[in-house]
Amino acid sequence: MKAPKFDFERAESVAHALQLLADAGADARIIAGGQSLIPALNARMAAPTVLIDIGNIAELRAISVAGGVLRIGALARHADIMRSPLVARHAPLMAQAVQHIAHPAIRNRGTIGGSLGLADPAAEWPACVVALDARIVIAGPSGEREVAAADFFEGVYTVALEQNEMIVRIDVPVAQSGDRFVFDEISRRRGDFAIVGLAISWRGGETGALRFVFLGVGDRPEPVDIAAADFLARLRADDIDDVVAQATAGLDPSDDPYVSTEYRLHLARVLCARLIRRMTEVRA
Amino acid sequence: MSQVQISLKVNGEKVSALVEPRLSLVDFLRQNLDLTGTHVGCEHGVCGACTILFNGEIVRGCCLLAVQAEGGEVVTIEGMADDARTRALQTAFHERNALQCGFCSPAMLLTARELLHENPQPSRDEIRDFLSGNYCRCTGYQAIVDAVETVSKNVDATA
Repeated sequence: MKAPKFDFERAESVAHALQLLADAGADARIIAGGQSLIPALNARMAAPTVLIDIGNIAELRAISVAGGVLRIGALARHADIMRSPLVARHAPLMAQAVQHIAHPAIRNRGTIGGSLGLADPAAEWPACVVALDARIVIAGPSGEREVAAADFFEGVYTVALEQNEMIVRIDVPVAQSGDRFVFDEISRRRGDFAIVGLAISWRGGETGALRFVFLGVGDRPEPVDIAAADFLARLRADDIDDVVAQATAGLDPSDDPYVSTEYRLHLARVLCARLIRRMTEVRA
Repeated sequence: MSQVQISLKVNGEKVSALVEPRLSLVDFLRQNLDLTGTHVGCEHGVCGACTILFNGEIVRGCCLLAVQAEGGEVVTIEGMADDARTRALQTAFHERNALQCGFCSPAMLLTARELLHENPQPSRDEIRDFLSGNYCRCTGYQAIVDAVETVSKNVDATA
């Protein structure tokens, strides 16, 4: 179908975008890459009165490192993240995950800020930023504020963002030597939304902790933390099933016409065991 | 709802128009410019039939508004008549029976072209992976993968 009618404003800066948002009122929407919003418009599932295009704000596109933090601009496209040597080096989990995001033509437009703001429960970035304990930097009328990724996602398509605010950056603590990260997902076809996916980060070595974050099996990415000492003890006892049970205990997937709750949970357990093996096999 | 003035380059030519903000780029190309080589399938980013080049990279023409293309450069299949790699792909598609109805072909060609640009000698798995966002309802894909593989193995013809 064709999109409903709306007005269009082009923001030249973050301040300008915030001004346009304030002026436009409750039915305005920000458009970045538009790879979810435009399909939603075309399906008439969204009907904003005004679209505010932030695509030209170059400062929001940058990826840089400063003070142990990888700073990813909200407008960094999936394709930019895929090609970024900084991301490959400092956030290897994201470099793995981006391979699973949609298709090349969509990665050339879609942005990380857009994906986080939409908060699709089957999307890769929300799970990754929670797994990495990233911070979402938000600009609003009274300046910038930061929200921990785990507090940002409130439910299906629902995030801790006010109507007069916008995401400007994602701050990711850089990987340290010895940290381990794995990401994978199961989907019916390459690039489709995942039936289930999993990000695991293991930071701090034998005295640190592992964080498991699933996608596609709940209304939001929820971390499960397991102390490395605990994990290693069970690994030595060859008791991966016990770790899998703990990591998947809180999952509450819904049914859909293609995948039953039981099947989705089964795949979550299979994927979890597979990634634990992959993570421990690559131990130096 | 107010119309918006846009200026962009399409297949090397400057184009200016007054458009409704809700007009997709692919509808602009087809309806305003009569460039009907780009096809419209699902209109929600799934089938890939509307693939075009925007600022040198493939994008979904249905998931980009014409107003977002302001100042950009668009190339459609019509603009690829003199592109050696596209011509080699067209020949291979013909020879390997990689099309039947042809609806998906312009987009398949542009997507395959971008793959070979990034990765001149992809494996069959890499070809399938890269083309996974483009639906073909006729061929079963085997012949399309064959055609792209043929071009990738014949590097001289695509230089």
